[in-house]
Amino acid sequence: MQQPSLAESTVSPGRIRGGVHDALPQDSAHKHVSGEAVYVDDIPAAEGQLYAAIGVSDNPHARLTRLDLQPVEDMDGVVAVLTANDIPGVNNITPTVGSEPVFARELVEYAGQPIFAVAAKSVEQARRAARKAITHYDDLDPIITVDQALEKQCYVLPSHTMKRGDSKTAIASAPHKISGNLRIGGQDHFYLEGQVALAIPQEDGDVLIHSSTQHPSEVQHTVAKVLNCPNNAVTVEVRRMGGGFGGKETQATLFACIAALLARETRMPVNLCMDRDDDMIVTGKRHDFLTEYEVGFDDDGRILGVDFSLASRCGISADLSGPVNDRAMFHSDNAYYLENVTINSHRCKTNTVSNTAFRGFGGPQGMMGIETVVDEIARHLNKDPLDVRKLNLYGVDERDVTPYEMKVEDTNLSTIIRDLEQTSSYRERRKAVAEFNANSPLLKRGLALTPVKFGISFTLTHLNQGGALIHVYTDGSVHLNHGGTEMGQGVMTKVAQIVAEEFQIDIDHVKITSTNTGKVPNTSATAASASTDLNGKAAENAARTIKNRLIDFAAQHFETSPGEVSFRNNEVVVGKQTLPFAKLVKLAHQARISLSSTGFYSTPKIHYDREATRGRPFYYFACGAAVSEVVIDTLTGEHKLLRVDILHDVGKSINPAIDRGQIEGGFVQGMGWLTTEELCWDESGHLTTHAPSTYKIPVCSDVPEDFRVSLLEAANKEDVIYRSKAVGEPPLMLSLSVFFALKDAIASTNGHERSPRLDVPATPERVLMSIQELSHRHSDKI
Amino acid sequence: MTTQIRFLLGDKLMVLKDVDPSMTVLNFLRCVVGRPGSKEGCAEGDCGACTVMLCELRGDDLQYRAVNSCILFLPVLDGKQLVTVEDVKSENGTLHPVQQAMVDLHGSQCGFCTPGFVMSLYTAYQTERSLTRNQVDDVLAGNLCRCTGYSPIATAAMRMYEYKEPSVKRNNVLEQLQDIRRNEVLELNWADRKYYAPASLTEFATLYAQYPNAHILAGGTDVGLWITKQHRDLDTIIYTGGVQELLAIDETSDQLVIGSAVTFSDAHPPISRLYPDFGELIRRFGSVPIRNSATIGGNIANASPIGDAIPPLMALGATLLLNRDGETREVLLDDFFVGYHATILEPGEFIQSIVIPILHKHRLGVYKISKRFDQDISAVCAAVSIDLEGDNVRDVKVCYGGMAEVPKHATECEQALRGKRWTRETVDLAARALQRDFAPISDMRASSEYRMLVAKNLLVKFFIETSAPKTTTRILEYAATFAG
Repeated sequence: MQQPSLAESTVSPGRIRGGVHDALPQDSAHKHVSGEAVYVDDIPAAEGQLYAAIGVSDNPHARLTRLDLQPVEDMDGVVAVLTANDIPGVNNITPTVGSEPVFARELVEYAGQPIFAVAAKSVEQARRAARKAITHYDDLDPIITVDQALEKQCYVLPSHTMKRGDSKTAIASAPHKISGNLRIGGQDHFYLEGQVALAIPQEDGDVLIHSSTQHPSEVQHTVAKVLNCPNNAVTVEVRRMGGGFGGKETQATLFACIAALLARETRMPVNLCMDRDDDMIVTGKRHDFLTEYEVGFDDDGRILGVDFSLASRCGISADLSGPVNDRAMFHSDNAYYLENVTINSHRCKTNTVSNTAFRGFGGPQGMMGIETVVDEIARHLNKDPLDVRKLNLYGVDERDVTPYEMKVEDTNLSTIIRDLEQTSSYRERRKAVAEFNANSPLLKRGLALTPVKFGISFTLTHLNQGGALIHVYTDGSVHLNHGGTEMGQGVMTKVAQIVAEEFQIDIDHVKITSTNTGKVPNTSATAASASTDLNGKAAENAARTIKNRLIDFAAQHFETSPGEVSFRNNEVVVGKQTLPFAKLVKLAHQARISLSSTGFYSTPKIHYDREATRGRPFYYFACGAAVSEVVIDTLTGEHKLLRVDILHDVGKSINPAIDRGQIEGGFVQGMGWLTTEELCWDESGHLTTHAPSTYKIPVCSDVPEDFRVSLLEAANKEDVIYRSKAVGEPPLMLSLSVFFALKDAIASTNGHERSPRLDVPATPERVLMSIQELSHRHSDKI
Repeated sequence: MTTQIRFLLGDKLMVLKDVDPSMTVLNFLRCVVGRPGSKEGCAEGDCGACTVMLCELRGDDLQYRAVNSCILFLPVLDGKQLVTVEDVKSENGTLHPVQQAMVDLHGSQCGFCTPGFVMSLYTAYQTERSLTRNQVDDVLAGNLCRCTGYSPIATAAMRMYEYKEPSVKRNNVLEQLQDIRRNEVLELNWADRKYYAPASLTEFATLYAQYPNAHILAGGTDVGLWITKQHRDLDTIIYTGGVQELLAIDETSDQLVIGSAVTFSDAHPPISRLYPDFGELIRRFGSVPIRNSATIGGNIANASPIGDAIPPLMALGATLLLNRDGETREVLLDDFFVGYHATILEPGEFIQSIVIPILHKHRLGVYKISKRFDQDISAVCAAVSIDLEGDNVRDVKVCYGGMAEVPKHATECEQALRGKRWTRETVDLAARALQRDFAPISDMRASSEYRMLVAKNLLVKFFIETSAPKTTTRILEYAATFAG
């Protein structure tokens, strides 16, 4: 029995199934719903497979004076116990600069830092054993907070400044000045599938690793360094992740290395699957920031000069803190022209887990700074913040250069805001909110529209490359492989659509295969929203190479010109005759034409001089805007999102359903960061929110039924694959509208007289305390 | 007595002996029978990736319940049918309406949480004929998704009923379950561990008197974590879930008596009918799968400072019937707790039932404050019951959870109200008295200052609700009616 379909995706006559622009379901959707999709921990255990667990430091900063592992070794089922002394290669897994050990040796630098690992016959045995080590420490003073690190000038990387114009003079001579600061919390990725790696020994001491990683090449290269073997002795395979969000960009490496070390030691397959609490304690998160600002502006609210100081908690090592903080600086303008601007960035070293990539990659924190500034200006001048936002927006052919001197072209920002203002009935609702608030003593509503302009490309230029490998078999079926990894964002589906389109065959003939370092080498991480841009183009390039060979062959074989050969709807038209794609492929094979090709792509036009802070780090910008309306309870601080309107530019979408999913999911994830998700450390540097019981990501009821999403499908002016735009990260920052709507609601409690102080996340506690603080300030004034 | 566990896995009868009684159902599925579709996301019943459906006999009817398999012990399956994501698709490969709707409406991205969502919705498909968005929010409150933002899943949940129901031949589950119905004690011995599942109150009381150090297993939503998180060895377990007397609910004109093994799901309708605010609190207690397992008796016996059932029960003057080897005594809930996770229970003594007075003149207000509305642990839980004669406070009880080492009365506050006029001035004074009643802690759920402030404000809110009933005070009620 076939079910009647509610899907938007339709098969149109004369058109292949699943080409570009089709709103196809994710390729694995039918396997997700039936439980048949295989994740690393679902791979059937081999005979004798072992299970690993990690023993960690309980101390945030100390000399490890004694490590007695005998009690661990004595536990039931334990087969091997490894420490730093058992690493044949280098004990350093940093993805960038500096040092980050697999296992701490003499010095522990955060509570939760791995010091040894156990392999045992069952998961339970391994986890029990890992708790039995006897450790003695000589305590050292820990630095836990950004404030402590700033005071001691303790940094993981040198501070960095970006400057354009003369902000000091501009602020000093401005009619109005405001200064302040904002605390922005971090965020745990909370991918539903925890970190996991399965290492299987191969002949010659080689190892095959099934890893849940966004960056198989880095896992491969790092495992090789740790094992002291060449890269070609390590193969990493990834079919899919149960979520990544940046949390498996560098963080998966540790677990793959430990599994590989134990597999090498025991010569048995070793599965290391992290328990949720351990995962949250041992892995890095979104950087929390202390942002300080000073701004000068005119009577209309136009920014004349602005200074930012961004200080972030990086943890013990550099990891990706350099590029994350750079991106925060790059997005300290968000959508606004800043003529005179100075941005100082401090990368604080703390005795906490090393913070890492998280969807937006510093962009959200950067944008929070400028959006706070704009909001403060509006409240200072008693204007609607939307008007101040529009006033400061980047112009067209004027006021269009970023603080790093990149010209802002083709952002559609003013169109987006104008359209959204109308479709969301912003002005009418502004009035309705005021009316409601005048008549409701306890509940207050708030409304805000915020824009997003997000730069697309890795800011480290050389990472902007993609690779693919395509085989066409003699039956016309296609094997597709590329450097992108699937974490739910739909890159596999989109790239398969691109290949189906190129060959003009139904997508059902395109086999999506696991990302594998043996097929496409030296790949960049699936990150920076760019994996469809990079790998889609690379796959198109590979497919086109094969297609061109087929065209040349067909022209020769059927004695016509290449111009007379075209591919359309599963067939190839050669002059006046038509033959099935598979038939042509078979003929080509018999004529000894290669039916396999690699493909490659590197992003054009981009360059950046970090010393001078000048250049074009981004190929293009992806933009959008959102309107959020909230209600708060002024007695408890509880709040609820009532309605969302989003207009987001996805270029010419390769798959509108997938893009919509990224927009909605990104928005809700960002909302979690800004409202309910609070990471807490105690004074001794122990994370106290390390499970879903204490760390609260949004649930279904936090998302309003009235959630209106529109795609602005304007062709990307740059030659991005099918003129689409990247969509993975930008929508996360649409959620800033929720935060500023909350601020708006709080401000209404004293008649919008003063701007409330509100830090991130805006938990009920912060909202209530903000209301309190506002009323105290109010009574002080009287 | 029997020493075999019998249950249906899908349609297949499973008979197990010699199993670790504290093995979780999730581990059994993933590691023993090769069903990796159910996932482990947290191993504490908070994410729902492990959700499965249990079907059990209720008299001669079948009851379908979604539960968290990660903290469910294997022997609890005895006499039930376990349905996992692997059972949902037809044998011919046709997806079930739940699954097809999830595919067509793009309800999955990374797919890791999806089997859990499918099982929550599959259960709802068995029990409901349609779902509103608010109902969907409830059904899915225990399922976390980090990718989709939920909207497409909620749409799939509401539209799954538009698909044709699959005409699949299923074995007669009712008959199969009747065949394995057990009326005797189940006893398991595995290594040094013992597990007993008595069927009657007498058996239970006798066993517990015999093994006073045994761990009582009710819903297991807390005990499960002793295994998955603390890696404890539980030598002897006695399970309450099969004891018919402990599963009873009796309502008379002046009291509601709830057996201590009654789940929150089963207690919800009668409590909600009598005390809507208490019902709303239960709606926000855990999630559907948690409420399907967790018991009110367990919530009380656990003696946690943040046991949500306790403040309203205290405010209603509830009593507990305690039983020790057949000897019973009735105590006021107020007198049950002696400290943090400590009670007056003697060795071998247990809660048999909870007796809730039906108060006709009192008004009960219940408030739960947490970072997230659904499936969160209270920072503060407040319950106020009041009997007003005109504007004179004849009787009042003000009870809080989250403010001290155990939930308790705010006695100074109560004293400031009792016999006084019910005015804002009185309430403000009484709110200030809370500072003499409590010195709450700061932790990851809330600061001491916020707890105190919100505790005071909740009393004020209750006053406004009684004195100016037209004022909109409930944010969730308001949001549900909002049309922007």
